[in-house]
Amino acid sequence: MVLKPSDFRVPEVFADWCPGCGDFGIMNGLQMAFAELGLEPHRIVMVSGIGCSGKEPHNVKCNGVHTLHGRTLPFAMGIKVANPELEVIAIGGDGDGLGIGAGHFVNAGRRNLDMTYIIHNNGVYGLTKGQASPTLRLGLQTKALPKPNINEAVNAIGLAVISGYTFAARSYAYDVRHLKDTIKQAIQHKGLAFIDCLQPCPTYNNITTKDWYAGEDRKDASGKPQSRLYKLEETGFDPVVHDWSEDFQKKMAAMDKAREWGDRIPIGVFYKNELEPTFEERLKDRIPFYRERPPAKQKLKDQNGFSTVDLSEFMGELKTS
Amino acid sequence: MPIDSINWMAGGPQGSGVDTAANIFGKACGYGGLYVFGRREYHSNIKGLHSYFHLRISPKQVIANINDVNLLAAFDAETAVRHINEVVPEGGIIVDAKDMDTKVLEVPTFPPEYKEEIKRIMQEQNLGETLNDWLNHAKQRNVHVFPVPYMNLLNQIGEKLGIPQISKITRMINVLTIGVSFALLKYDRNLAEKAVKATFAEKGKIAEMNALALNTAYDYAEQTFKTDFKHRLTKLDVNEERLFLTGNQAVAMGKVLGGCRVQTYYPITPAADESEYLEAHQIMKTSTGEDEAIVVIQTEDEIAAVNSASGAALAGARAATSTSGPGFSLMVEGLSWAGNSEVPLVITYYQRGAPATGLPTRHGQGDLRFAMHAGHGEFPRIILASGDIEECFYDAAKAFNLAEKYQMPVIHLLDKAMANCSQTYPVFDYSNFKIDRGELLTEKDLEGKEYRRFRFTETGISPRVVLGTKNAVHWYTGDEHNELGHISEEPLNRRRMVEKRMKKLEQVQKEVPAEEKLKFYGDTDSENIIVSWGSPKGAILESLDMLKQEGFSLGFMQVRLIHPLPTEEVKKALQGKKRIIDVEDNYTAQLGGIIKEATGIAPNYYVLKYTGRPMTTTEVCKALKAILTGKAAEREVLTFGS
Repeated sequence: MVLKPSDFRVPEVFADWCPGCGDFGIMNGLQMAFAELGLEPHRIVMVSGIGCSGKEPHNVKCNGVHTLHGRTLPFAMGIKVANPELEVIAIGGDGDGLGIGAGHFVNAGRRNLDMTYIIHNNGVYGLTKGQASPTLRLGLQTKALPKPNINEAVNAIGLAVISGYTFAARSYAYDVRHLKDTIKQAIQHKGLAFIDCLQPCPTYNNITTKDWYAGEDRKDASGKPQSRLYKLEETGFDPVVHDWSEDFQKKMAAMDKAREWGDRIPIGVFYKNELEPTFEERLKDRIPFYRERPPAKQKLKDQNGFSTVDLSEFMGELKTS
Repeated sequence: MPIDSINWMAGGPQGSGVDTAANIFGKACGYGGLYVFGRREYHSNIKGLHSYFHLRISPKQVIANINDVNLLAAFDAETAVRHINEVVPEGGIIVDAKDMDTKVLEVPTFPPEYKEEIKRIMQEQNLGETLNDWLNHAKQRNVHVFPVPYMNLLNQIGEKLGIPQISKITRMINVLTIGVSFALLKYDRNLAEKAVKATFAEKGKIAEMNALALNTAYDYAEQTFKTDFKHRLTKLDVNEERLFLTGNQAVAMGKVLGGCRVQTYYPITPAADESEYLEAHQIMKTSTGEDEAIVVIQTEDEIAAVNSASGAALAGARAATSTSGPGFSLMVEGLSWAGNSEVPLVITYYQRGAPATGLPTRHGQGDLRFAMHAGHGEFPRIILASGDIEECFYDAAKAFNLAEKYQMPVIHLLDKAMANCSQTYPVFDYSNFKIDRGELLTEKDLEGKEYRRFRFTETGISPRVVLGTKNAVHWYTGDEHNELGHISEEPLNRRRMVEKRMKKLEQVQKEVPAEEKLKFYGDTDSENIIVSWGSPKGAILESLDMLKQEGFSLGFMQVRLIHPLPTEEVKKALQGKKRIIDVEDNYTAQLGGIIKEATGIAPNYYVLKYTGRPMTTTEVCKALKAILTGKAAEREVLTFGS
């Protein structure tokens, strides 16, 4: 089935983000990636948390589960474990995933479910009117803050790598082509894929703005802005773990790149390892038929409605004779 | 008490095999066709603090605990001290001979407030300071004392086994006490040996070692104790097949039967045993010949547990999570989401002593109102309260039917007493159990049609699909939403959605069978009626029988569907009664309050307990009798149990 990005539009819903919001870019990136991968809408489940990013699933024509603040990953896990055939895309803000949901962020890495997690990283809590998010650097004072930020930022890519995510990438909401490609790679990756998606918040983040990322403040002699973003793939950086012996070095290299910020900000894939077994593979080791008959696909009852379960083994152990 | 019924108690420091001893003892009795009811008490501690297991054994079915102990198997001095006054005349105490000179006030594990109690007892009863003094005092009440040199026996066993270090086999003190107990009770030692071997079947040589310990102790007691110990355990010939199981196990099996295929949990007492049991029995046989399996996920916290269970439920698996009070507190936001999004989520909630960490390993029924009201906003839920282990089994299965049929969270409200008690039952016949998935649409049903997940209908129930169904892309949100599941703040849509969700409770009221809402026992025409819920049921039923024999007339209404409360039926049952006696394990008489709120009829007597220990038949019966004879206060507070 040939799908177009427009097949993933939801005309009946007005996308109510501020004009110029990065969420539009991410929405386009998702719709393009889904279309190019030929994913039928009913097979996709987009799971989101709370905040502006939480509304993303309502604007993409596929199943959407708009959940609680910080709880995107637990919901996504339940859905994926119950039916591993579903293509599960978890969406969340930076506060959602790295503040209130940070415990889930770390623990999801331990499981390595075969799904994708995209954080909308704009440094602020937009929907509650501009408070500092966990990715805002120490000392920065975005316009709604009464005082400069007193907390240091968490390093999302670094945290993902040491938590066990087997794919860690960064992209930019205004580079939709790069974002679309990154999303495609994340979906195709076997294991838990994390994308740190940088995005301006045109309303509340007056520091890391679209112009800032584009380098409008640092033009070269010819007057051309020098973008702060550069693509890892264009520098010959190889994030792929081909053999377990490389893993430590690749992780260190990813961490090293993840430290870069300011005048040079890398985007692209930082780390990728498909050698680590996924949670689904680990389950299959215990339940040989897990793939064919996952929890959501089991029969439960016979044609007359009776439970098909035979408890004689359970009861055998408990019998008094 | 007929001499062929026995109350046997084993006690010792945690980690010394008290539970194992009780399981072996119970098993051996089961092999002999006897019924067993067991209550397990333990501290929130890994090793060293006092734990005990009270087993009631009878040729007839036993369904609750009583105060009496006929034979106390004390692994240590603490057990003898704590339970000495529970041992009845003609009963016996098995103690370690080396503990006789232990000064009771010097037992290191006694907390100061308990030492004060000991001092009071010493003063009142004019007792000396050693255990021996206490035991001599008990002898004056015709209690038999059986000192056993555990260490000498272990030495003998060690020699036979070629194990010189006693420390490696001190764990077998538990089995020594069983050997002595069965010898005193003149019970068939082959059955005891069979139980030991079955218990350690998977542990190779350990089984033989323990069998040797059992027989050594049995021989020792037979040769040493010639006293006339009147209690007997005699095996019976029984053709019926029976189970001996805990509430945790019953719930786990019920869930499997009910089609639960994803269970999430975060470790917490007394719920975790259920999840571990499920994981150990992950793959199950079915009548189709094709195995099925349940995925058990230990999550990072209870927040993840409840929300991943909701996710699994939306994807079409029957899903549950299992917890106790502190964990449920963390689940509350997720519960509200599930209520709003009409998720068929099952939460198994084992209450324990609360608030806060409370009494982590002890019993309580203080969370009824919390379960009822937890979650911000108004949304429908169902609360089922089982009163015994058999109900635990069927309710656990049924909860999934209700959750899917009415598309709302179901809280299966249990308690520590039921989780950890064990009881003998005839094998459950579950062959009539049906799975009802409610209005669940498939790809075919939806061909060429527009699907609206939250379509307004007469009953409030919108036909459901699972995530991934072709022709049915759909949305969920924790926001208020329109029929499609998209965010909507429109006031009229809001009104309809609120009403749609709440209306479903009327269907629950209409469709749940009467006996699954309320169960009546005893003389329901009497002017006296007990109202209760949950685990006090056993003690109440036994009291009912005892009081009837004494000529008292009394009925009992067990509330099983607590929410939505079957208001009209409750009103009908309580109207015109002279005495309405509310029996609950909490301080504020929560069910009584709920009934009053719903019906305008309030109980006029209360039997309450909040010591962290379940009610015994002995104390319930006494309190009821006092009420019926006009000798009781309006509020009887029970305190029995160590």
